[in-house]
Amino acid sequence: MSSSPAATGTAEETKTLVNDFSIEVATVNGSGSQTANSVLMRTIFQMGVPVSGKNLFPSNIAGLPTWFQIRANAKGYVARKHDVDLMICMNPETAKEDVAKLKPGALVIYDEPLKLNELRSDLVWYPVPFQKLVTASCPEPKLHKLVKNMIYVGVAGQSLGLDMAETKKAITKQLKGKAKAIEINQAAVEAGFQWSAENMPAQDRLRIVRDNKTTGQIIIDGNAACALGAMFAGVQVLAWYPITPASSLSESLIDYAEKHRRDASGKLTFAHVQMEDELASAGAVLGAGWAGVRSMTTTSGPGISLMSEFIGLGYFTEIPGVFFNVARTGPSTGLPTRTMQGDVEICAKCSHGDTFHINLYPGNMEECFDFSYQAFDLAERYQTPVFVVTDLDLGMQNWASQPFKYPEGTFDRGKVLDQQALETIKDWGRYKDVDGDGIPYRTLPGTPGGKGAYFTRGSGHNAMAQYSEKPEDYKNLVDRLRRKIEGAKAHVPKPIVDDTGSKRGIFAFGSSDPAVKEARDRMREEAGRETTYLRLRALPFTAEVDAFVDGMDVVYVVEQNRDAQMAALLKEFYPQHATKFRSVLHYNGMALDAQTIIDQIAAFEK
Amino acid sequence: MTTAAPSAPVNKLGLTKQDYVGSKSTLCAGCGHDSITAQLINAAFETSLEAHMVGKYSGIGCSSKTPAYFFNQAWGFNSVHGRMPAVATGASLANRKLVNIGISGDGDSMSIGIGQLVHMIRRNVPIIYIIEDNGVYGLTKGQFSATADLGSVLKHGSVNELPPIDPCTLALELGCGFVARSFSGDPKQMNAILKAAMAFNGTCIIDIISPCVTFNNHDNSTKSYKNAKDHDFPLHELGFVQYSELENVEIPAGEAKVVTFPDGSKVTFRALREDHDPTDRFGTMKLLHEGLEKGEFLTGLLYVNTQKPTIHDTTHIVDTPLVHLRQEDLKPGPDVLRACMEELT
Repeated sequence: MSSSPAATGTAEETKTLVNDFSIEVATVNGSGSQTANSVLMRTIFQMGVPVSGKNLFPSNIAGLPTWFQIRANAKGYVARKHDVDLMICMNPETAKEDVAKLKPGALVIYDEPLKLNELRSDLVWYPVPFQKLVTASCPEPKLHKLVKNMIYVGVAGQSLGLDMAETKKAITKQLKGKAKAIEINQAAVEAGFQWSAENMPAQDRLRIVRDNKTTGQIIIDGNAACALGAMFAGVQVLAWYPITPASSLSESLIDYAEKHRRDASGKLTFAHVQMEDELASAGAVLGAGWAGVRSMTTTSGPGISLMSEFIGLGYFTEIPGVFFNVARTGPSTGLPTRTMQGDVEICAKCSHGDTFHINLYPGNMEECFDFSYQAFDLAERYQTPVFVVTDLDLGMQNWASQPFKYPEGTFDRGKVLDQQALETIKDWGRYKDVDGDGIPYRTLPGTPGGKGAYFTRGSGHNAMAQYSEKPEDYKNLVDRLRRKIEGAKAHVPKPIVDDTGSKRGIFAFGSSDPAVKEARDRMREEAGRETTYLRLRALPFTAEVDAFVDGMDVVYVVEQNRDAQMAALLKEFYPQHATKFRSVLHYNGMALDAQTIIDQIAAFEK
Repeated sequence: MTTAAPSAPVNKLGLTKQDYVGSKSTLCAGCGHDSITAQLINAAFETSLEAHMVGKYSGIGCSSKTPAYFFNQAWGFNSVHGRMPAVATGASLANRKLVNIGISGDGDSMSIGIGQLVHMIRRNVPIIYIIEDNGVYGLTKGQFSATADLGSVLKHGSVNELPPIDPCTLALELGCGFVARSFSGDPKQMNAILKAAMAFNGTCIIDIISPCVTFNNHDNSTKSYKNAKDHDFPLHELGFVQYSELENVEIPAGEAKVVTFPDGSKVTFRALREDHDPTDRFGTMKLLHEGLEKGEFLTGLLYVNTQKPTIHDTTHIVDTPLVHLRQEDLKPGPDVLRACMEELT
């Protein structure tokens, strides 16, 4: 049985943590652990306790180590937690390292033959005979490997006080009603629960107690949320190429659209093509946008690099298209299954020459949905490629969220002239700035009447879309393009500002938000230090950003990359305030945690 | 006494040939590409093509400039090097009624663009894809392209030691449903091929030997006017009868092979080489390979198959062009969102 160092531990190591702790499960990928982990997370969620789950998986199909981190937190802090309170060791390959990193007093459930308890004397050990239990509970030997992981759900569930009725519901949900699979998995959970009740010493260190904080919420990943946004935005052409971590965005969209985007005859109002590469995806997005439909692609950093020539063409010839970048750790192939905010600059200024693009940075699931919807309006209104930039943490992890609100209103299709409109216009020119907002009027191929045809070219052109190398034509064009994109300030999502009166500002965006919120609370509670917080939601920077930067004494720019890419943009656009910016940087592939922010700000303020 | 100038002939749409022209060509005088442009204009005028339904696409290079020189009333898109197929694919999905004409060159199509070309063929995107083939990069002043024949000599003396890629055998290998080769010095054959292509629904690959008068027209070039003329072997005399003309034209039975296109138009093949059947893919491949071995340009509508599903079939999209769908066709209602949310609780 387990040694019991807890009896001699410090007060910090022995106090009961109710609805506020983290679990890490170390498994081998391809072993069915994803289902077990989702069931564990979902059970806590269904018990009304805010919870987040982060899957740390390798770039591999089966056989390599994988970890799943679950954090329950009554206050709703859903960022990664720095320390692990309960470790579940199922992978012999990593078990030694997994327990070596734990802080004293942590609980460890492990596969008995691993004999981990000999490694440290300051942890609380719970050996479990997983093989014996799975053999007894599951009659089919070939399923043992997959079902073994469900045993720990029962063991941990019993120990933490989880409601097994909720676990049962979670299994049914997770396995989408497949009766046989549900039965086998349910039996494994019960076997683990039973064994734990009879054999495992009770612990009062970690407890889940029913709460009501998740009532009415959904669990979704950012890629599915973006996919839904695009579907309701009426996307008509999806041209994509598989890449981690963006593939599931396109796949979700295809799944949703095949259900909900058919006409009365059963045919699709949405075309999707898996192209031969990212270059072709970007080309098809532009071709479709040029011909007048709502088009999009999904990719990650390497794909953005490949697409950049076409994106420059789209900017220069003024063609709408939505480019979803679910960012991963770069450069090059980098860490394909790890997260990073490493594409801030490439997405802001994608392609050679002078460019600047509209970028949307959702920071939660509702914004993934809303901004994906809005991106199509913005792309068509401003006739330009628009980026929706998320990252692996938002895109592929499961998040609790309020259900999405239906996007009411009418699509903004921008300035498009049809035959009737063309007849009333005497000297239409594709790139004439008629309204003074930098946005010209466009026509669509196939418009009858003999008017409105024009020639789109990536080479120099004048207001009439004719080839031109004249210095004044070029300058007029690129100056207008800049004016046009600056005009988008009026329509992009404004930042969220929590102004506490403090002149110490935190500036962050995207997936950093949960860690920033937690860090701010803790800095206030533990050190009495208040901050004002601006969460950026789009480029170009709007008036609210101007005011924030202007009003702060110091601005901590929190971002998940090495080179302080967002801070570089801020320094470029606010050179007069360049000395205010201090970078809080995190870039090891893991999701950002609050402690990192607190430590780095504390170091600045020493 | 003055006589009124005879008014220019008009086609079924009431348009004159002048209505199909474009801007003035800026290519070198005598460029083969201009002859191709001229036949596009003729074929479109003669078959009463609705120019506003045409999307003209190109990549980068001399050939890619030419969409500006025909059909002023069509929409043009000069995109990036070798990647016009993707642009045309997107446009064709957006509006399945568009008549797509892609003008490329041997540099644009057989090097950077070869990946996009093969996948466009594989998806059977409806497009008339013309490769204006001169074996040389003109716009960058005379480097070899990937269709340059083995042993071909550049103006300044360098010899091509790499084997050429042949667009037609490549297209056949990929199952393209319309594969043709012609010579810019044979306007009649080009005219018939282009008319047939305009009636076809699917990818048409048309390789047209189009000599570069500036960089590749010397005696040691295999793609000079003289060499092309000497080695041009038409497989058949080609005839095209548009569906609307069927009543007025008699096709004598037995003399020619006739292939009927989906729109009802008929293409007649009066064989000059008895061993060629334009509906026999493997036979055509064999014939072409043998011709290439002997240094012959076998020309004509080499292969035709009107039965292949297009990208519009394989994407299972609605019959109405997607671009004509309205918000109520595209935006699911609140009940759909509610149901989606329900599944996620």
